[in-house]
Amino acid sequence: MTSATQLWRRVDRNVKILVVVAIGLALLPLWLQGASLEIGIRILLFAMLATAWNLMAGYAGLFSFGHAAYFGIGAYATAVLQVDYGWSPWLGMLVGMVLAGLFAVGTGYLSFRYRLKGAYFVLTTFAFAEMLRLIFLHWDFVNEAIGFRVPLNRDASWTDMQFPPDSPAYYYVVLGMLLAVLLVVISLMRSRSGYYIIAVRDNEDAAAALGVNPMRYKLYAVGLSGAMTAMGGTFYFQYIFFIDPSLAFGPGVSIQILLPAIIGGMGTMWGPLIGAFLLVPLGEWTSGLVRNPPDVLSFLDGRAGLDLMIFGAVLVAIIMFLPKGVYGSVTHAVAVRQQRRRRDPVASVSGTSDE
Amino acid sequence: MTPNSARTGVRREAVVRWAVTFSVAGIVLFLNGDRIGQLIGPGRSVLIQALVTGLLIGGVYSLVSMGLTLIFGVLHIINFAHGALMTVGMYTAFSLVANLGFDPYATILVTVGLLLIIGAAVQKLLINRVMGESLEKQLLLTLGLAIFIENLLLVVFSPTPRAIQLTYDSGSLSLFGLEISWPFRAFGAVATLPRTLAFVGALVLAGLLFLLLRRTKLGTAIRAVAENPRGAALVGINVPRIYVLTFALGTGCVGAAAALVLPFLSLEPTTGDAFNIIAFVVVVLGGMGNVIGALVGGLLIGVTQQVGGVLFVDQSNLLAVFILFVLALYLRPEGLLGKAKA
Repeated sequence: MTSATQLWRRVDRNVKILVVVAIGLALLPLWLQGASLEIGIRILLFAMLATAWNLMAGYAGLFSFGHAAYFGIGAYATAVLQVDYGWSPWLGMLVGMVLAGLFAVGTGYLSFRYRLKGAYFVLTTFAFAEMLRLIFLHWDFVNEAIGFRVPLNRDASWTDMQFPPDSPAYYYVVLGMLLAVLLVVISLMRSRSGYYIIAVRDNEDAAAALGVNPMRYKLYAVGLSGAMTAMGGTFYFQYIFFIDPSLAFGPGVSIQILLPAIIGGMGTMWGPLIGAFLLVPLGEWTSGLVRNPPDVLSFLDGRAGLDLMIFGAVLVAIIMFLPKGVYGSVTHAVAVRQQRRRRDPVASVSGTSDE
Repeated sequence: MTPNSARTGVRREAVVRWAVTFSVAGIVLFLNGDRIGQLIGPGRSVLIQALVTGLLIGGVYSLVSMGLTLIFGVLHIINFAHGALMTVGMYTAFSLVANLGFDPYATILVTVGLLLIIGAAVQKLLINRVMGESLEKQLLLTLGLAIFIENLLLVVFSPTPRAIQLTYDSGSLSLFGLEISWPFRAFGAVATLPRTLAFVGALVLAGLLFLLLRRTKLGTAIRAVAENPRGAALVGINVPRIYVLTFALGTGCVGAAAALVLPFLSLEPTTGDAFNIIAFVVVVLGGMGNVIGALVGGLLIGVTQQVGGVLFVDQSNLLAVFILFVLALYLRPEGLLGKAKA
């Protein structure tokens, strides 16, 4: 009974935060227009992708370096169904989610069955994404290297997920997706399954000895993470109107998906969102710096690569000087408290002063 | 799965693993029967050419991968900047040839020296701070470094592809009354001079590295740290110094490889990426940290890549490499020579 109240208190807090975040983000377009609205959309998209990644890497402890595989499957499933068969992208999204989930579960099953861990697992996920990229690059069914373009409508339309260029509707679509993903992760992590996922991450043998089936809960996390990532692929295709194998499956996509979660804090509920709010504007700032350099830097005018160079340097600096991520102290404090609860529920119930 | 059921399931698992291999091989044969028939029959010279080219480039893969596996074996770090550092070596060699008129193969002295210094500096200033930290921190650090280096090269050298031309691409030489002429020809296949020199040079250097590890005091110390850092420290080995030297040796390997491949590759800021990916595959295939495994794996992957290229005509030649990689992971996650690991 006491552990139920304990649980409820936790749930309550994250859902409360979610409501506040949802209202705050929903009001933002009142102030955002044009370029800043675009940045807002990118922030929400990568926050959503990083949250999905975080379920697999942070909560289940399965570090993926190949989320581009799921992202690309989502984008391509929508593209093929929409362009070749005239389906609504919403239906394509569902199909993409199912396919990506199945792909994640299938490859995950093989990897776990053969007990691939650590660096081996990381490289396997990377290899699967690269394999898909190479296959799609030479597959005429998906137009090889050319890829797909969204068929343009004359009018804006919700069924086609297509709106005028600076309409805030894109923003609300991706906001809805982000909130859905957050809600799924929050409710999963407060459920029994969520605790099993964490138990398997922390000590697989001990969890198995207590009757938890590690394979099932790993696949659970991997499949959900893959399906939710595919949703982002659909939105990306609809938003930039264009997809090709390297935009869908390239290693750069996997990196962009995982960075916000790393910077914000892996294995924390709000870390990926915070990370996206820091990283996306940083990327925009550096590329803006290159487009319109101030006088001191005018010699850099028009030099390709400078923005990513700064990005790489910042990444190294963050890892070096803020080893726990930008939001480190907070996430660390949360992690410590969670760990204490998990390890010693009695003590944390008796000493509830930490609320 | 409990440890107990895992043990009893080992035999069944082996059966499943081999069944998977044979069915994949069967599917490939079935889908590609015509092409294979053609390659064995009338198109044999294409196949032989692929074998030769693959073996020659495989030597370079071996050298690059030995550097990567050495770093992993001792520092337990997956170096994502390995390929980017190789590109640095290639641009250094290119600048020396294009601006100062160096012989392409003379630049190897400079590139190896430079990459040894860069490697030592990177380990001492960056990697050292994340030693013993989580896998993802280390991975992201080297990844950030790779992004930085690649784009620095893009800013400095622009994306324009560069290439150098050997002045002695074809020729002949009289040696002890023996007439040697190149490009070398045998069994209907051609081995160009730069590719042959890269192969020979890479294998010689790989052999030297192996001797260094096996026969010298430094090599013994490196192997000791790889096996047990605390024990090595207890017997008086300066472990942090060994970390620096090992990382420098690993990047020195790509410095040498950079100078060796420059005469036959087109150079762009992203040229090293392909070598990086292939080296990952080779290192996993050979068993992570296994230097001999990397040597064998490099040759195997070189051949797989080229033969895969002629077998799957319209596909990227890296696809066969990845298929082999995934199969190897499932069949022998400990690496091809895993059991023989010292």
